[in-house]
Amino acid sequence: MSHNAPSPCKCVDLAKLEPVFQQYRKKTGALIPVLQAAQDIYGYLPIEVMESIAENLNVPVSQVYGVVTFYAQFHLEPRGKHIIRSCQGTACHVRGASRILGALKENLNVEPGHTTADLQFTLETVACIGCCSLAPVIMVGENAHARLKPSGIAKILDGYRD
Amino acid sequence: MSDNVTLTIDGQSVTVPAGVTIWGAARKLSINIPILCHHFDVKPYAGCRVCVVEVQGMRAMAAACACPVSEGMVVKTNTPKVREARRLVVELLLASHPQDCLTCDRSQNCELQALASDLGIKEVRFKNTKPQLPLDANNPSLVRDPNKCVLCGRCVRVCTEKQSASVYTFANRGYQSIVTPAFGRGLENAKCTFCGQCSVICPTGSIVVKDDTEKVMEAINDPDKVVVVQTAPAVRVALGELFGAQTGAIVTPKMVGALKLLGFDRVLDTNFTADLTIWEEATEFLERLTKNRDMPMITSCSPGWINFLEMYYPALVKHHSSCKSPQQMFGALAKTFYAQKEKLDPAKIVSVSIMPCTAKKFEAKRPEMRASGFQDVDYVLSTRELGKLIKSAGICLNDVQPQNYDPIMGIGSGAGTIFGNTGGVMEAALRFAYEAVTKETLSQLEFNAVRGLNGLKEAEVDLKGTKIKVAVAHGLANARKVMEAIKDGNPHKWNFIEVMACPGGCISGGGQPISHDMNYRTKRTEGLYADDRNLKYRKSQDNPEVKAIYAEFLGEPGGHKAHELLHSHSVHH
Ligand code: SF4
Ligand code: SF4
Ligand code: SF4
Ligand code: FES
Repeated sequence: MSHNAPSPCKCVDLAKLEPVFQQYRKKTGALIPVLQAAQDIYGYLPIEVMESIAENLNVPVSQVYGVVTFYAQFHLEPRGKHIIRSCQGTACHVRGASRILGALKENLNVEPGHTTADLQFTLETVACIGCCSLAPVIMVGENAHARLKPSGIAKILDGYRD
Repeated sequence: MSDNVTLTIDGQSVTVPAGVTIWGAARKLSINIPILCHHFDVKPYAGCRVCVVEVQGMRAMAAACACPVSEGMVVKTNTPKVREARRLVVELLLASHPQDCLTCDRSQNCELQALASDLGIKEVRFKNTKPQLPLDANNPSLVRDPNKCVLCGRCVRVCTEKQSASVYTFANRGYQSIVTPAFGRGLENAKCTFCGQCSVICPTGSIVVKDDTEKVMEAINDPDKVVVVQTAPAVRVALGELFGAQTGAIVTPKMVGALKLLGFDRVLDTNFTADLTIWEEATEFLERLTKNRDMPMITSCSPGWINFLEMYYPALVKHHSSCKSPQQMFGALAKTFYAQKEKLDPAKIVSVSIMPCTAKKFEAKRPEMRASGFQDVDYVLSTRELGKLIKSAGICLNDVQPQNYDPIMGIGSGAGTIFGNTGGVMEAALRFAYEAVTKETLSQLEFNAVRGLNGLKEAEVDLKGTKIKVAVAHGLANARKVMEAIKDGNPHKWNFIEVMACPGGCISGGGQPISHDMNYRTKRTEGLYADDRNLKYRKSQDNPEVKAIYAEFLGEPGGHKAHELLHSHSVHH
């Protein structure tokens, strides 16, 4: 029918979900564990995967979407190789966190919460990383970069690029 | 254990059944506790806290819409603390709300606007920092403006509880929370049936009917066009409410008069094609019953239901009757039979319908609905839009000279008029089938077993030896129960099933006036049954204009010409 959902993208191999469904199909309260298992398989939750989960667990797809957007642990987009977390805590804020974030957005050409097209970086903001004496600070993966200036961002990112 | 509970509200004692909420108990004392997320059609949600009250002995204030009464409870609904809390809630909502009342579809009928005014809010102390979200308007029926959403969740609940379509969800968290279809999609991609029930229950202008009134006025003002209008059964019992009439009042003659004043060239009646539908559908049913083809057969006049069937039970579409809805039968005949009779060029006819329904706007645009060689129905206006059109023309419905429908497709029977009630199509078909099978006159016209607001009604009807089992469902959650039973092999052995997408049938369709009377469905239903009793003809087979159209133009019910114009050939027929 003309007002139906668009046809699923062929690039996601839904067969990989089959063992997960076999384990959970008859159980109640299975939605969250199934979503976690699916995210472990695909690295994130593509629309086709969420639709397949809705169908197989017999829950409305809107409910799946509601749960996925509620919990920070679930991702609707592929994750970059490096996760950048830009601190927005009070100390960082006072010392120019917003200009650091601006430089990150400009360099990567993405908004917070999103991943670069080359899948190198995912940009996120966090309330406080907890090392206020080093403000302003960002984390790239496990590494903290401290006392930053906007002009230094390009060099830091280049150090992570393949 | 006693089933009644006595409590005190604002110093007055009241006794109510156990389980009733504080809000319900207060209503009994004519104390109207304000509500926003609550609505009598859906389950309590207790999300907005507009209804807070003080309960003696409780530290936090209680949400009256959800909190059940208990013996000896002492409630205060109007203390300074309560008033301040309510004002704060509404002020916060207004802070992130567009100040669009002057141009909003719901102005003067908006629950948020009314709350702000009732609570005496004069200024909003907070700044709006929410980003503007885009409109969802890529479908023929509804427009969603997420910026006017107050996150009450009524649409989420009605679409899930009553319609079992679960299109909407709350998404995100905290300040980012929104109500949206999955993946932020538009309704056209969200398995929405366009039933419009969410637009009736939304307290604000966040979900409204798509407005086609301008296009209709343009056609009326075009001297080249002949604008032919049809009015659905359920419009006559609801339009009056928009002009202060009592709920359930029949306003047919004044409505016809108003349409003529608006400048429609011919004012005709969908009840005529409702009768025609009965001739076709009852004939089809008796044929399918004899040949045991694709049984049970299900009615097809509710386009929200057809959308639901196609999207949620595609393997079972063969069960619906091939008959088009009365709206579409009318459209196909307006530009063929009617054009010939009236010597009109069909290319110059603009065919408009006034409907209680939002899904009809979608139906009119279906590619298969062009049996006349043109789009059979050009524009569909909901009852609410007709009300606006009449007001915008400065017409006061109460003062309009009563008028009759124009001839040729203007006579409808009582059987046609009850199409607007759940069970009405079934009753009309049974009135026809009984006489067709037995060749005797039916003395008892009322089939009470298929009347009333029970979600799923069943009856066994004896057509003098031919026993048939019928079922009637309204609201898509009940339709889903029927479809699950059919999937399970039809254990109740139903032969004929009526389904209406909207709870109560078309009288409470998605395009009908928004009522705050908890008994509005019953009152409108009674209104249409009274209309039936007062009409000259009460059976579709007695309608002289329908007899004439078969004799002059269509030939036999179910015959070649009837099939070409009155049946749908979209999927399987
Ligand atoms: S939804 Fe209500 S409060 Fe908001 S702009 Fe419309 S009428 Fe005004
Ligand atoms: S129109 Fe009906 S099906 Fe669509 S979202 Fe609204 S209530 Fe749900
Ligand atoms: S769209 Fe309307 S009914 Fe739905 S949550 Fe928003 S305000 Fe409430
Ligand atoms: S109306 Fe009671 S909490 Fe919203």
